[in-house]
Amino acid sequence: MFKGLSRNDWLLLAGFSAFVLLMPIILQPIGAAYPALMQKICIFGIFAIGFNILFGLTGYLSFGHAAFLGVGSYAAVWSFKLFTMNIIPALLMALVFTTIFAVAIGYISLRRSGIYFSILTLAFAQMCYNLAYSVLTPLTNGETGLQLTLKDPRWIDAMFHEPGAGLPRATLFGIDTSGGGLGGFYLCAIALIVCFFFSVRIFRSPFGMMLRAIKSNQTRMRYTGFNTRPYLLAAFVISGAYAGLAGGLMAATDPLAGAERMQWTASGEVVLMTILGGVGTLVGPVIGAGVIKYFENIFSSFGDNTLHGVFGFLPDIIEQPLVSFLSLFVGEGWNLTLGVVFMLIVIFLPGGIMEGLRRIWSRLNRRHDGGEKIAVAQPQPAE
Amino acid sequence: MDAILLQILNGLDKGGAYALIALGLTLVFGTLGVVNFAHGALFMLGAFCAVTFNKLLNLESVVIDPTQTTAWGSPLEVRTPYVEALLGDFGNYLHDYSVPASIVLAIPVMLIFGIAMERGLIRYFYKRPHAEQILVTFGLAIVIQEVIKHFFGANPIPQPAPSAFGGTAYVGQILGMGQTLAYPWWRIIYLLFSLGVIGAVFVFLQFTTYGMVVRAGMHDRQTVGFLGINIERRFTVVFGIAAVVAGLAGVMYTPILPPDYHMGMEFLVLSFVVVVVGGMGSLGGAVAAGFLLGILQSFASMNEVKAIIPGIDQIIIYLVAVVILLTLPRGLMGRRGVMED
Repeated sequence: MFKGLSRNDWLLLAGFSAFVLLMPIILQPIGAAYPALMQKICIFGIFAIGFNILFGLTGYLSFGHAAFLGVGSYAAVWSFKLFTMNIIPALLMALVFTTIFAVAIGYISLRRSGIYFSILTLAFAQMCYNLAYSVLTPLTNGETGLQLTLKDPRWIDAMFHEPGAGLPRATLFGIDTSGGGLGGFYLCAIALIVCFFFSVRIFRSPFGMMLRAIKSNQTRMRYTGFNTRPYLLAAFVISGAYAGLAGGLMAATDPLAGAERMQWTASGEVVLMTILGGVGTLVGPVIGAGVIKYFENIFSSFGDNTLHGVFGFLPDIIEQPLVSFLSLFVGEGWNLTLGVVFMLIVIFLPGGIMEGLRRIWSRLNRRHDGGEKIAVAQPQPAE
Repeated sequence: MDAILLQILNGLDKGGAYALIALGLTLVFGTLGVVNFAHGALFMLGAFCAVTFNKLLNLESVVIDPTQTTAWGSPLEVRTPYVEALLGDFGNYLHDYSVPASIVLAIPVMLIFGIAMERGLIRYFYKRPHAEQILVTFGLAIVIQEVIKHFFGANPIPQPAPSAFGGTAYVGQILGMGQTLAYPWWRIIYLLFSLGVIGAVFVFLQFTTYGMVVRAGMHDRQTVGFLGINIERRFTVVFGIAAVVAGLAGVMYTPILPPDYHMGMEFLVLSFVVVVVGGMGSLGGAVAAGFLLGILQSFASMNEVKAIIPGIDQIIIYLVAVVILLTLPRGLMGRRGVMED
């Protein structure tokens, strides 16, 4: 299990783990060091890593990944309601159910590729979303969302101790994970590191190689006698399970689940994160998730007053129009910023932040080494 | 019988909207080969042309009449919309018909917007993979949506249908089939309107020289180019026309569904399903699938059907799409060789 990684991979893994675990200290200067935000970054990091295993390696663009996130959340909350507030069974439930879902949806959707695959996954996600809102209300509690109540049986917990007054919290053998404290963050951080490790393993394995071969030329793979379908299905299921784990962790840090997690805009969000960070790179998706969640947090708290404060030094005649223009992009308008940045990235830097860093790096290196060109892998379309 | 007819009518007007949006999507895909995820935003933009037009008509001049006072003792403010002051009775009339009249505003706005969008952004994506086209137009859709939200707010803005068409049409009476079949006038108007627009697009493509060249370009762009025709420019115009069609669909839909900034996204997802069911690149397929899925959806929302299969009304369109995609690789009427894989 631990073979097959080069020294660089281990260094990357060590650096990544150190960064994630030290986030409460490292992010202090930029004001992002509170657990609610950091655990969100970790959860969406997991979601994006999983999405990247499918989209980055095989090139199949799924527009319905949020369905797995939702299913994972629901499964976890049901485990809290029926069995115990311990998160281990909840996460296992989330994984099992999303895997089943992913096998079913993947088996059908992967019969087509390209845009048809996108539409099929989108159709399945919309079906899940619509059903969760309407007929499945007994399971999902409709618009209100699935919540814990005092009347829940919690059979396993009830065997060991009397239910206390008030709603119980999700715990990991006594460590409180849903209280908004560091417990929840470290749970998500460790999950993120484990997920990252597995994604490195997949990227470096023959299996990952196969997926990349499918991306670059599926027809040729078939001609050489490989049946590509099982590989694609495996990638789809793995990435669905990642999404389910992310959904389970969402429930573990905040035990409620709502159907809006499954809406296709939520699927769009994970696509944005992956693209922004860098498709097909190892750390890119996590960077994308972190950047989007961080700036979402910062930008949405900005208001006109903050802007007036920042640009107060300018003469009024410049300041007024500037502030009213910039106020388009902050506060409520955060999505606009996201849309603009996303367009710019797709147009000018399809490789995302990682590609940008690589270009800067190669430019710096060229200056030192005297013009040695570094080949940059071009992303290939799924045929 | 009446119930079935009513459902068909119900499906037809919704299907009209799907068909119009899907027609534009297919037109763009067939000519430029671009998958445009911002098409729903164009639909929404058209709807907001109607809102803007209505707002323009409602601009008022306020004159304080010193001789009269209100019940609270303050001077009476007399508000007269400029249109009424300038145009008199005709202004009143215009006010009533603000939704259909805003077509006058919507056509140039959408045409210019569409052409600007094609020249400014889409043309750089002809050669890029479909995934990137989807992504960049998805980003554009978010941008358009958020700008509209900034200026018009997040709440739906109801638009009145002209009072002459505001009521109910007793369709049963007209057709001589019994009294009970009644249907809102405006939805009938919408159906006729969408048929008219679809007809106009077909006439344009089928019976004009310009349209003939466009069709030739859809089949074999290179050869048309060799003949010395600037096919790029024609395709740009086609993109503009597709934008206008989506915009008009939005304008006329406002009395049925009060427009808000994300209405386009909801329609986009459905219209994509419609396009795929109809067959990528097939205009007739898009129109047929639009009406078909509209009718299917309204049948699925009948109580009798819902009693048998609960929740079917929510998923029927997607379910049909899944079945069609898996059994007919080209959709209902797709051309051989166009995006079959």
